Amino acid sequence: MGTALAGQKLQFRSSVPCRCTRARTVFTRAELTLKPLPYSEDALEPHISRDTLNVHWGKHHRTYVTNLNNQIKDKPMANKTLNELIVEAWNSGSPTPEFNNAGQVFNHDFYWESMCPNGGGEPTGELKAAIERDFGSFDEFKTQFKAAGATQFGSGWAWLVAEGGKLKVTKTPNAENPLTNPAQTPLLTMDVWEHAYYLDVQNRRPDYISTFVDKLINWDKVAERFAEAK
Amino acid sequence: MKPDAAFSSAYSYSGPFQNLTLQPLPYPYEGLEPYIDTTTMKLHHDVHNKAYITNANAALAEAPQAAKSLTLLGLNHNVGTDLFGKPALNTAFQNNAGGAWNHAFFFKCMSPAGSSPSGNAPAQGGALAKAIDAAFGNFTAFKANFSEGATKRFGSGFEWLLVQPDSGNKLVTTSTPNQDNPLQQSAEVKGIPILTLDVWEHAYYLKYNATRPAYIKNWWNVVNWPYVEENYGKATQGVVPVVASS
Repeated sequence: MGTALAGQKLQFRSSVPCRCTRARTVFTRAELTLKPLPYSEDALEPHISRDTLNVHWGKHHRTYVTNLNNQIKDKPMANKTLNELIVEAWNSGSPTPEFNNAGQVFNHDFYWESMCPNGGGEPTGELKAAIERDFGSFDEFKTQFKAAGATQFGSGWAWLVAEGGKLKVTKTPNAENPLTNPAQTPLLTMDVWEHAYYLDVQNRRPDYISTFVDKLINWDKVAERFAEAK
Repeated sequence: MKPDAAFSSAYSYSGPFQNLTLQPLPYPYEGLEPYIDTTTMKLHHDVHNKAYITNANAALAEAPQAAKSLTLLGLNHNVGTDLFGKPALNTAFQNNAGGAWNHAFFFKCMSPAGSSPSGNAPAQGGALAKAIDAAFGNFTAFKANFSEGATKRFGSGFEWLLVQPDSGNKLVTTSTPNQDNPLQQSAEVKGIPILTLDVWEHAYYLKYNATRPAYIKNWWNVVNWPYVEENYGKATQGVVPVVASS
């Protein structure tokens, strides 16, 4: 299926033989599918409940995919990768209706893969060195990342990105993400929409954030993305 | 934009600096069951609403003197002007004075199911009913319009029914993001609110989780139509509903 950074590949369903001689330049119909969770719905217990994953992935994330497919059906946009779609729909800051759904499909794919059972702890190797170089210490990274999540007012996301060879923490509202900034490559994200934590900790977003940072971050995945970004 | 001098008493008071206070819920926590659950009402009022008040008061402590004498309404009217000086302070009031006003108003816009004498609609033949028909065709069309707006507000925000004094008291619906509201100078669509619906996920998630449309559909059972009618009457005179004593 390709890596998360390459974007989700479109699934092609064609009822007539493709008449083109070059693969993937002409499509009769293309549709995104909801990527399966990288783990079972109860795998992140007790940190994130099965009920939360069931609704978050099974309803919210699925609905973004469905709604996006309905929006791009039979349009030229259907021929793009998800990442291309996001940049096009962002439309230099005047987003078209597809942007919210496309952004949220990517963001959720990226979020699930940013977590794993028995996650958290500390990064190692080159990633750890880069974090210490650019934040001063791992503790300082955690402080900034938690603050980004806590202060994103309303719905949104906290990110660790690579920009100009340096690591930094950013935050975005609603469906926005670093893909619309050509200088940035996302490495890690945390969903701070209320639906990400309300069933489990209600208003206590800071508790969810601490749990995410201490127990859930898939540092191997972050390191993989970091290596690809260099 | 300075507040209209004719209504300065609504925007400021001459007493000593006074903190904003959390307004009591107009009904018991379980009063909106089964449409809005008790736990949500407890959290929504005692925790979320309270936090906006606390944060607004913290911002007031750092605000310029001119801001300290403003009422909650006055603070909202000045969001988007240069009254607060620093952009960070303006944002603090946009979010927290907005949140304080929005929640006090939202809770007052509701009442236990069955408590409106006119049922789940404004009084037939009354001023508001007529205005709704004139603006939206009929009440069903208005509900569809309002519900659609509430459904489509992406992320967090509120759906509003408002009167626009600047365009002949036109009745319009609009939605705002986060804790913005149509009283704020920076709002895209400005006017005097007469009804609102909170569509932040915390307003409905425990009972409805991902199904916001189901929450919206059920919410119509607890709209406080006498209050909305009273708001309409005042709004057509240019007066904003009072939601807080300070």
